[in-house]
Amino acid sequence: MLLGHVLNELLIAPFTDFAFMRRALAGCLALALGSGPIGLFLVMRRMSLMGDAMSHAVLPGAAVGFLLAGLSLPAMSLGGFVAGVLVALLAGLATRFTSLKEDASFAAFYLLSLALGVLLVSKSGSNVDLMHILFGSVLAVDQPALILVASVATVTLLSLSVIYRPLLLESLDPVFLRAVGSRGGFWHMLFLMLVVLNLVAGFQALGTLMAVGLMMLPAISARLWASSVGGMLATSICVAFGSGVGGLLLSYHFELPSGPAIILLAGLVYLVSLLFGSVGGAVPRYVRTRHLEG
Amino acid sequence: MSIALENITVSYQRHPAVHHASGQFAEGEATAIFGPNGAGKSTLLKAMIGALKPDHGKVHLNGFKRRDIAYLPQQSEIDRSLPVSVIDLVSTGLWHHTGPFGRVGRSGHDRVCAALEQVGLAEFQHRPISALSSGQFQRVLFARILVQDARLILLDEPFNAVDAKTTFDLLELVRHWRDEKRTVIAVLHDYEQVRAYFSQTLLMAREIVAWGKTAEVLTDDNLLRAVNRAAHWQEHAPVCRVDGEAA
Repeated sequence: MLLGHVLNELLIAPFTDFAFMRRALAGCLALALGSGPIGLFLVMRRMSLMGDAMSHAVLPGAAVGFLLAGLSLPAMSLGGFVAGVLVALLAGLATRFTSLKEDASFAAFYLLSLALGVLLVSKSGSNVDLMHILFGSVLAVDQPALILVASVATVTLLSLSVIYRPLLLESLDPVFLRAVGSRGGFWHMLFLMLVVLNLVAGFQALGTLMAVGLMMLPAISARLWASSVGGMLATSICVAFGSGVGGLLLSYHFELPSGPAIILLAGLVYLVSLLFGSVGGAVPRYVRTRHLEG
Repeated sequence: MSIALENITVSYQRHPAVHHASGQFAEGEATAIFGPNGAGKSTLLKAMIGALKPDHGKVHLNGFKRRDIAYLPQQSEIDRSLPVSVIDLVSTGLWHHTGPFGRVGRSGHDRVCAALEQVGLAEFQHRPISALSSGQFQRVLFARILVQDARLILLDEPFNAVDAKTTFDLLELVRHWRDEKRTVIAVLHDYEQVRAYFSQTLLMAREIVAWGKTAEVLTDDNLLRAVNRAAHWQEHAPVCRVDGEAA
């Protein structure tokens, strides 16, 4: 009985007692459902650092939104989305029409965008605003923010289920995709828009910087546990949601900022996966198991 | 009528890899594209499937539609680190039936299984492609072509890094396709394979050196000309003024 009581106090009560914790919990679930799969596709497409670049790219848009409408979620989200898509579009065009590779184009345009963002924020906002944009707070997620995050998760899952096959085929065998007459670039662009959408969704809850953490860390961990895409997707979502719940509880009990707590927990899962992951983790690779007959 | 080239030039940074190539592939026969390294063979195939845009000239498909063309890429073009199983990869051959998101279905699945059986990999359905040898993987790619059931089959260096037994088995598939009157065009490096299985040969060294019946094309004289012509990348080559460029 006592144990039950303690567990209840530790794990359940924070959510039943406080509405803001419940909203944060729902927010984490929605973010995990959207960002987990997106991160996995970024990893599989060897674009793990692209999420980071894009998270910086949305800054000036959010800043413009803030300047025009104050601390308004729709304005900042819309601004962030437009800026992110613009950077993705410009980088895509630069890759297509010059001899530069995609990573170089993205690096160049996101840096431009970031500098513009910092300039805008420092010219007319205060450092506090900048901190909010960069780091957010999942505990401050309100009803409209929750609806935004949930909508993005819905759009993401539906879109991914539609573009899944060409998207995977484009990384697997791009020339074949061209040969059957499908435009790889189109699916790629759609995917980048989903990346931006998810970053914008993560924005209010975790801030632009931490949102990438929830996207990439669970996805990279998942690659170390599952060998099929389906298994990886499930693992990635579970790790993301688990880190979300755990991070919220840690932040509640120890009065830690929620964003970093969530990401650090996801990071911990990553470190454990690195060592013990059943598919390619360090330890299983070096532990001798008897080989099969054939 | 079969697929034809009309004055095709494809270049990398202005240096042509395929230079003013014209001609027509024999329908229902197997044509080998033969020539030294850097002769533009793979480039020509990519231009034919539309993956590379020619600077000049045109590829005339002459009645072939996209769904009539199956293409075997070089293995290095495929990212085998991705978590994809053999059956998934072979099922992509059904693209023209499923499209980007249609389901594979029972008959599609049966075709995939039959193709895997035909290349001797029936047991390998659920292996990840990262766990296959180059020879096994090449069999998987041939199974995909079987599934595509195309009238025009383009193979880019199909027997590189493949052992003798696998090469033999896959060449028998080529023979089979030829018997079914499909048009097969393959980039090859092995003289004996060309002579044994390919009735037509296109010998090229950026430009077309000779094109026609294999016995008439693969003469010592022609081969020597191809080697000499393949020569070197000229850093300061003058601008080409051959007819058709100005248009």
